[in-house]
Amino acid sequence: MAEVRYENASRIYPGTDIPAVESLNLDIPDGELLVLVGPSGSGKSTALRMLAGLEFVDEGSVYINSEDVTLTPPQDRDIAMVFQNYALYPNMTVQANMGFALKQQGVAKPERAERVQEAARILDLEPYLDRKPKNLSGGQRQRVAMGRAIVRRPQVFLMDEPLSNLDAKLRVQTRTELADLQARLGVTTVYVTHDQVEAMTMGHRVAVLKDGILQQVDRPRTLYSRPVNLFVAGFIGSPAMNLVEAEAGGPDGVRLGTLALPLDEQVAHELAAREPGTYTLGVRPEHLQLASEGIAGEVTVVEELGSESYVHVAVEHQGGSLLLVVRAEGETMTQRGDNVQVSCRGPVHVFASNGERIGA
Amino acid sequence: MEVGKKRAVSFLLGLLSWGVALVFFFPIFWMVLNGFKEEIDANTDPKLVFDPTFDRFDEVTSQTQGLLGFREAFMNSVWAVSISTILVLVLAVPAAYALAIRPVAKWRDVLFFFISTKFLPVVAAILPLWIIARELDLLNTRLVLIILYTAMNLPLAVWMLRSFFSEVPKELIEAAQIDGAKLRGQITSVILPIVAPGLAATALLCVIFAWNEFFLAVQLNPVDGSTIPIWVTSNVSTRGNFLAKLSAASTLATLPVVLAGWLAQKRMIRGLSMGAIK
Ligand SMILES: Nc1ncnc2c1ncn2[C@@H]1O[C@H](COP(=O)(O)OP(=O)(O)OP(=O)(O)O)[C@@H](O)[C@H]1O
Ligand SMILES: [Mg+2]
Repeated sequence: MAEVRYENASRIYPGTDIPAVESLNLDIPDGELLVLVGPSGSGKSTALRMLAGLEFVDEGSVYINSEDVTLTPPQDRDIAMVFQNYALYPNMTVQANMGFALKQQGVAKPERAERVQEAARILDLEPYLDRKPKNLSGGQRQRVAMGRAIVRRPQVFLMDEPLSNLDAKLRVQTRTELADLQARLGVTTVYVTHDQVEAMTMGHRVAVLKDGILQQVDRPRTLYSRPVNLFVAGFIGSPAMNLVEAEAGGPDGVRLGTLALPLDEQVAHELAAREPGTYTLGVRPEHLQLASEGIAGEVTVVEELGSESYVHVAVEHQGGSLLLVVRAEGETMTQRGDNVQVSCRGPVHVFASNGERIGA
Repeated sequence: MEVGKKRAVSFLLGLLSWGVALVFFFPIFWMVLNGFKEEIDANTDPKLVFDPTFDRFDEVTSQTQGLLGFREAFMNSVWAVSISTILVLVLAVPAAYALAIRPVAKWRDVLFFFISTKFLPVVAAILPLWIIARELDLLNTRLVLIILYTAMNLPLAVWMLRSFFSEVPKELIEAAQIDGAKLRGQITSVILPIVAPGLAATALLCVIFAWNEFFLAVQLNPVDGSTIPIWVTSNVSTRGNFLAKLSAASTLATLPVVLAGWLAQKRMIRGLSMGAIK
């Protein structure tokens, strides 16, 4: 049972000028599954490895249970980690792999066997205990890596893209199993992924990183509905939010061509107080719809997903062509080349030219 | 057509490799064969069919002509080779760790230094070596060979082991660290089992080089405590024929190396780090 805290923690790799992780502040309460998400090279693995003790913390500190572990070696942190490539010991059987940490702790053989057995039961690994990793499938290896972590009953689980080597279907299945397992064990978990869907479905809270800087940490719902800046707005959500540059500010509200866009009260209020200028508008595809009245455009692509479909509509905007993605329920009768009208029914996000969200 | 052509090519390639292998193997074969002949047969027309005899082997092993007996030389070789090889491995494993897994500062320079010790031809170093050995009362001892063979093989072993060590996936060592393994546990439980084939290959080369070493042995250790290569040459006599005897002696000198090779090969073919990652 543990809380984890990063306090202004930075990592600057030797030979580089820019920090891979810069002044990270993060509070993870006991039992939480926190997901670190961000594009490639954003410093997710580095942040995780700083917590593991595998990466030196150049500035700031890391705490586990309000104990400063900044300089504690990984051996003494009581954490377990699942690596992206699993890092199973090739010379040991599944059983030995899972029992290795207990053996290092000096746990007696009978107890070790019992705990390995128990973890194997949870993970359906009992038939494979005597096999070597090379004789297992990818999914089984992944479970052994999980098993190696859970037999230890550590303070904190760390996982660095543990599902990325599985095929799509197994990944979806394993991700729910993993979230369920974490909830049952109640162990504080930091989970790294670059897949925002994985982040949104698994995380109790999600921390979005970009270029080593924490952008926002919030519950998935909040991240989706109130992204603090342009980057988070574009990164979270699939298909991505429509982002459009438009003139706004002042008391006139926001328009896209002839279409007046709805705003949250607070956003409208704050925007009214600002100088008119160029702002970026963000509209989720589900807040747009094909209607009998609205901004006119031509359909370029229709993506049918069964329960819903996404219609790409090219509209005219500021003298150029602009592509909007519109969500439609179920099947649409629309085809490429159709002339349609798009209207907006949901609140629009507005971002200032520095990328910051307008209105809390 | 195509298939026929491919077959013909692979047949020819097969033939060629057999040919090359035979060219390499024939002298060995002839040496072994000669060892079973009478001197007279070995020295006249090459004969494939003859009455094989073990007499030459008896002669070379039991005869006490000269100062160096077979048994003595064999034991000296075994000591010098095994102790030096063990020393080399004991020293090279930590060195390889420090160069590959947790690279020390300037590890490239260190690595280069190791190999640079081999730049000087042994002939150029033999006089100082001889003088030092004399001053330390080490001439004609096993100890001097053990020391020199260790020094001779160490750079090579460090180089080889470094490259094997650097193939150990970094995550495995990190996993071991997180699992609570201290340095010793990481090395014995994780690293060494993975580099075992490389360790076997390195040990084999050390054994071969030390076993066949002649120059240092003949200069520093020509009388007592000398090794098998010197014993082999002691069968070259100034009078009469000695080809069959020499062949028998050479065959005996070769056997241990062949045995070592066979043993090491069994370890070497085990896959390196199969199944460790992804
Ligand atoms: N050992 C290293 N030395 C120097 N720079 C490094 C090192 N490891 C990572 N970096 C740099 O630090 C930054 C963050 O890397 P990190 O591995 O944390 O990214 P990541 O978010 O995990 O990306 P990915 O999704 O690709 O795994 C990158 O710009 C990377 O190039
Ligand atoms: Mg990473």
